[in-house]
Amino acid sequence: MKKIIWGVWILLTFLLAGYFGYKMFLANNKTEFLIGDATHGHHQIELACETCHTDAFGGGEVLQNACVDCHKDDLNESQDSHPAKKFTDPRNADLLETLDARYCVSCHTEHQKEQTREMGVTLPGDYCYHCHVDIGDERPSHKDLAFDSCATAGCHNYHDNRALYESFLTQHVDKEWLSDNARIKEADFATWLSPTDNKQSAFKEKIQAHPDIASEHFSHAHGKAGISCGACHSQEQEWLDKPGLAQCASCHENESQGFVEGKHGMRQSEKLSKVLSPLTPADAAPGLAFHQSAMNIEQGCNACHSSHSFDTKKAAAESCLVCHADEHSMAFDTSPHGVLWEKELAGDIAPGEGVSCATCHMPRVEVKEGEKVVMRVEHNQNWNLRPNEKMIRPVCMSCHSLAFSIDALADKKLIRNNFNGKPEVHIESMDWAIKRK
Amino acid sequence: MKKITLVTALLLSSILGLTACGSKEETVGIEPKLYTDSLFAVMKADRTNYTKLIIQRLGPNGAGVIKPDEKWQDHDNGALLPAQMFRAGAEAVSEMTDDFTYSLQSIWPINSQNKPKTPMEKEGLQYIADNPGENFYGTEELGGKKYFTGVYADVAVAQACVTCHNEHKDSPRTDFKLGEVMGGVVIRVPL
Repeated sequence: MKKIIWGVWILLTFLLAGYFGYKMFLANNKTEFLIGDATHGHHQIELACETCHTDAFGGGEVLQNACVDCHKDDLNESQDSHPAKKFTDPRNADLLETLDARYCVSCHTEHQKEQTREMGVTLPGDYCYHCHVDIGDERPSHKDLAFDSCATAGCHNYHDNRALYESFLTQHVDKEWLSDNARIKEADFATWLSPTDNKQSAFKEKIQAHPDIASEHFSHAHGKAGISCGACHSQEQEWLDKPGLAQCASCHENESQGFVEGKHGMRQSEKLSKVLSPLTPADAAPGLAFHQSAMNIEQGCNACHSSHSFDTKKAAAESCLVCHADEHSMAFDTSPHGVLWEKELAGDIAPGEGVSCATCHMPRVEVKEGEKVVMRVEHNQNWNLRPNEKMIRPVCMSCHSLAFSIDALADKKLIRNNFNGKPEVHIESMDWAIKRK
Repeated sequence: MKKITLVTALLLSSILGLTACGSKEETVGIEPKLYTDSLFAVMKADRTNYTKLIIQRLGPNGAGVIKPDEKWQDHDNGALLPAQMFRAGAEAVSEMTDDFTYSLQSIWPINSQNKPKTPMEKEGLQYIADNPGENFYGTEELGGKKYFTGVYADVAVAQACVTCHNEHKDSPRTDFKLGEVMGGVVIRVPL
């Protein structure tokens, strides 16, 4: 009997070792090794484990390097006010005992979803207090503030204060909530980059076989710019039925880069340890509502831009609402922004005077290309949502005052109804800044 | 017995000799004071040159082609203020080496995060303010590590330094004069 028990025990041990060994080293799906659900930011890529866990034998530095590898540019662009390098001086040793700000995971611990708050923060909301406990002595206005209220929307942000710092506030006082010239500039970057020498085969037989598609193509942006069918539908001169991200990226490099840096395309980023299948709404982090009919739509360029017509107007709002069904999205059509967008589509107002989903979430960004200043569309929809105050300078202030923008973005009810009304929340930071001016 | 004693004595002397060699090798190298003095000389030269040759010459008091500003990133022609430039150097160094660290501090800081914190910083900053022309040296333990710490006077080398600090709304002191000690550079070397 003992022999049987031992035999079963050994067999089970080998089976389990074999199963987990296979899962660890050979299987694509390593769900069994997840120690907890990832944050909403990493949810989609949580099974590309080696993207963050690059070395089985490394310590905190390994994870830190992984964080920096993906988020460095964003932090630099944000003019990060608390970079790790500020805390390496030994004079901060006592502070680091409370909060080791040299490492991202001190505040953003992964796989701890039950204690993860906005911005992926896993610390209690009083993290500013430990270092800035005496702020009330310097600023009387801050004396009786709650110890966990510093990073409340509209006041401060740990990393990105570009729209919130004091002299910026005082430079933008006394402005009307809505500008007389509320309009956003037209994007011209993709046009500027369009190829002038179209050497790809035209595949004339395909045009003859699909006259309706060819007609659609030649009457829209690509066709009008002289782009042949083969420019997209080919790989090494061979016909390609379904062009993917790589074909789009060959001309639209920046747009594609933005796409894979955002939630829509991050599963296809080459920064991952393995490229995952395109995102479908079914893969998205719990909490966001989608239409049931859209749950299996794979996200790629064509999902929003629709192949052959590549209608940027459709991609700017209509395409978003094919999938997104949360309260904010569903309120768009009847919101002031949505009504303006309908008017722009109808030609009742000038281009740029309407406000689409993309106006805010895929904004037009002025960039310098050599000597030329061009306007490109940022395709990382998360670029200005971490936190939402990032939206103030490049988006909201195109039309609205800073004070209005700060209040509006701090009003969660107003965000839910898609800015249908005036803010009921008032952030006092600008009032205090004016008093000190 | 004599042979055993002789051999033992020889072995012991060899071991002691080797040990002494080892300790001699450990102490070979630049003295911490000379090390921090030398570092400060470079820092002071760069800081003075940046203030006079860049900010003063090209800024509003000179050619007016650059705009020195705390939020320099918000201006196409923005330039770091001299104190920011100094701190940017300290932060860049911290990413390259942990063989030494340095910081710019003051007992009258515009940003309170730059006031002396450790007992040695407080003592050193006060000493250099009270004894112009002298440096302060000591050792201290921070976070379980021992450091040699040198504190050097940071003097107002240009009128712009004085004007900016005297007129800044967050400055706790408004009567600085050209050539006066405004703060100090704290250099630490782990021992």
